[in-house]
Amino acid sequence: MAHPIAPLPESLFVIQRAIEEHARGYGLDFWETSFEILDYKRMQEVAAFGGFPVRYPHWRFGMEFDHLSKSHIYGLSQIYEMVINNNPAYAYLLEGNSLVDQKMVMAHVLGHVDFFKNNYYFSKTSRRMIDSMANHATRVRRHIERQGLEKVESFIDTCLCLDNLIDPMSPFIVRHETPAPVDTEPPPVEVPRLRAKSYMDKFINPPEYLDERRKKMQEEREKPKRNPPEPERDVLLFLLQQAPLETWERDILEIVREEAYYFAPQRQTKILNEGWASYWHSRLMTEKILDASELIDYADHNAGVLAAAPGQFNPYKVGITLLRYVEERWNKGRFGKEWNECDDYDVRRNWDKKLGLGRQKIFEVRKLYNDLTFIDEFFTEDFCYENAFFSFAKNASSGNYEIDSREFKKVKNKLLYQLTNFGEPFIAVEDANHDNRGELLLRHRHEGADLQIDHARATMEALYRIWRRPVCVMTDVESKSRLLRWDGTEHTDRMV
Amino acid sequence: MALRIDPAHNRFRDIVRGKIKQNLRKYISNGEWLGRRGKDVVSIPVPQIEMPRFRFGQQGQGGVGQGPGKVGDSLGPADPNEDGQGKAGSDPGEHVLEVEVSIQELAAILGEELALPRIEPRGKERLITQKDRYVGIRRVGPESLRHFKRTFRQALRRQIMMGNYDPQRPMVVPTREDKRYRSWRTTPLPQSNAVMIFIMDVSGSMGDEQKEIVRIASFWIDTWLRSQYDGLESRYIVHDATARAVDRDTFFRTRESGGTMISSAYKLCAKMIEDEFPPSEWNIYPFQFSDGDNWSADDTSSCMEVLKKDILPKVNLFCYGQVESPYGSGQFITDLRASFTDELSVVTSEIENKEDIADSIRAFLGKGK
Repeated sequence: MAHPIAPLPESLFVIQRAIEEHARGYGLDFWETSFEILDYKRMQEVAAFGGFPVRYPHWRFGMEFDHLSKSHIYGLSQIYEMVINNNPAYAYLLEGNSLVDQKMVMAHVLGHVDFFKNNYYFSKTSRRMIDSMANHATRVRRHIERQGLEKVESFIDTCLCLDNLIDPMSPFIVRHETPAPVDTEPPPVEVPRLRAKSYMDKFINPPEYLDERRKKMQEEREKPKRNPPEPERDVLLFLLQQAPLETWERDILEIVREEAYYFAPQRQTKILNEGWASYWHSRLMTEKILDASELIDYADHNAGVLAAAPGQFNPYKVGITLLRYVEERWNKGRFGKEWNECDDYDVRRNWDKKLGLGRQKIFEVRKLYNDLTFIDEFFTEDFCYENAFFSFAKNASSGNYEIDSREFKKVKNKLLYQLTNFGEPFIAVEDANHDNRGELLLRHRHEGADLQIDHARATMEALYRIWRRPVCVMTDVESKSRLLRWDGTEHTDRMV
Repeated sequence: MALRIDPAHNRFRDIVRGKIKQNLRKYISNGEWLGRRGKDVVSIPVPQIEMPRFRFGQQGQGGVGQGPGKVGDSLGPADPNEDGQGKAGSDPGEHVLEVEVSIQELAAILGEELALPRIEPRGKERLITQKDRYVGIRRVGPESLRHFKRTFRQALRRQIMMGNYDPQRPMVVPTREDKRYRSWRTTPLPQSNAVMIFIMDVSGSMGDEQKEIVRIASFWIDTWLRSQYDGLESRYIVHDATARAVDRDTFFRTRESGGTMISSAYKLCAKMIEDEFPPSEWNIYPFQFSDGDNWSADDTSSCMEVLKKDILPKVNLFCYGQVESPYGSGQFITDLRASFTDELSVVTSEIENKEDIADSIRAFLGKGK
């Protein structure tokens, strides 16, 4: 065990067990969860480390800590709860919080742990990550001892420029089925002939032409296969396999990639996960745990968690309202063909088939959905209007954000757009031997928004440090196809 | 309390301060949060390093929100750092203060960043004083230093342990062994008497920008020296054709418009040293700032004379900073350098713009005299 956990005081432990009992009664299914009480400084430290007690040495965690402690000092925000996807799960309570806060956090955390354990997108993550993180730290420290801090840290910086170049779906896909080795000679090349009567054949399919075609096709067949055979979205994996890295560099790149994959599902399920946890903390608190004297404090803090300032998108709030909406629809049977085709306002408003399927449905949602599919399926027109969603955009002349639409389609599109691939560009390795010069070619699948060019260039420089040959990116700039290239000394940019 | 994250945190701060990893400088952005401290709105600098990644341009493309409002309603500036451009409003302006570090911390940072050596106090014996600080607790001592709370706590503890404490009748009687006394440690404190004499040219040729530079430079020098010396004095002299001693506030605000006779200031400075600050007891640091446009060559030569005869022998260091001005010849620095080529206690520096201030301070104080 990398980190000794101080046991929870008896009084809180009793409460924890009671909350767990109630939660099980509702059907939640979670791992053993250890709560630890931290003072605010340690809390900020652990938060800066992404919830883990130990991470490898890197300034980025220091930066995170700097921001957290400043926002704490000036009362801008404070960390309420933190929990790690690990079996057993680890969660933290802030020392000095009132009892009602601690109860609320515990209930909330159980919601998260249930989600980690049961949601499909988490099913491939490591459940021993707390140990892996500690091992990563040790490995990086060892490299630092041998190679020097400056060198290792700079390489980590380089890897971090690339840590979004992963394929979050890849753990679920068997993408490259290795074909059975073929021993037999492939059948000889057949040149297709045009149909002709036998006496005309010599003229319609002249033998010289057929020979020429046959030779060409033979050449085609013997041509080396493309590398990678299909565009590879897991750029980090590709680099691990093919870039000329030293052993320690490969190790660090591997660590960065592994951690990126570990955190990916949390980014994919922010709304649903927070919504689920909030749904359960409010259920548990109001129905089971809350003491009458605590009600006002609870209501106050709960309102704080679920508040949405205008223009803000609070995943806690959107998640919980959408889950409740789904629950209500399935309780009242508001789904299916009949419901969809009904356009009588009064009938719809009073629609209640008393099916009571709501609870079952939201458990299904927590098992099978991520933010993208959750919003795509359940964010309906009614929901959009009832909850006063709008989309906003920057007004170029005033420099302000302005509400630009309340139209359901636009709002939903924008939302889905932001959730697709975390709102980041799709980029894949296209060719590792571009122009037959060992250059790396990446392709950006353009879907309406251009890349930010200065960032793209700096990222290409990072790629070059790993690939050690010129790096090209195919993208569209202002609707024209362009090839960006960095050859180690200068950036060029040409139309294709 | 030492935290595991401290090394990473320090490293981040070093990067932001530009001490290490210069290659990351271009990714540092200086964000700002508005927070509250008491009644004041304070600006909290939040430096951030954003590593480049493949991402979409036009970050201001907006998003989805929730709440009341009509289409076209504003939600506030897209980029909080961009506002403030000619916005009219009916709200009273709020006073924004910069917060971040205390003056002592700043001085420490300054010391690190500019690599200033510590200034040695002059004449050691006289300058050391002793200072007593109460730092702990011990079991013996004079009754006048008895620590009541600790004594009674000790007595209470003993009684509880011995089982003769009755919460119903809480009576605590300390015995001799329970008594606790404050203890102190004596630390030698370099008590040095130093005076900074700031001299500024306020003649017509010194514009607001020039004064701003002088103000910043003097502020930093002041800060640094105060962190090094206990009991620091400062004196301010402004001059055009005549010189007068002023208070700090006037020094930074005044604007006059006469001609320029630097000798007047030198004479006043010499007199000030003569009357108030005998060099046997004082470390003396004159700092002069001017645009270097003196009235006449005659006056310049009398300057050199006063400087050589009455000032230099008595001071630790004489610093002259020449601020670049659109008017004027800036001849004075050349003359000064010519007259004192071998004199180590004269430091000159040209300050073209605000960026040069740091270099100039380094030149002035880097010698550690």
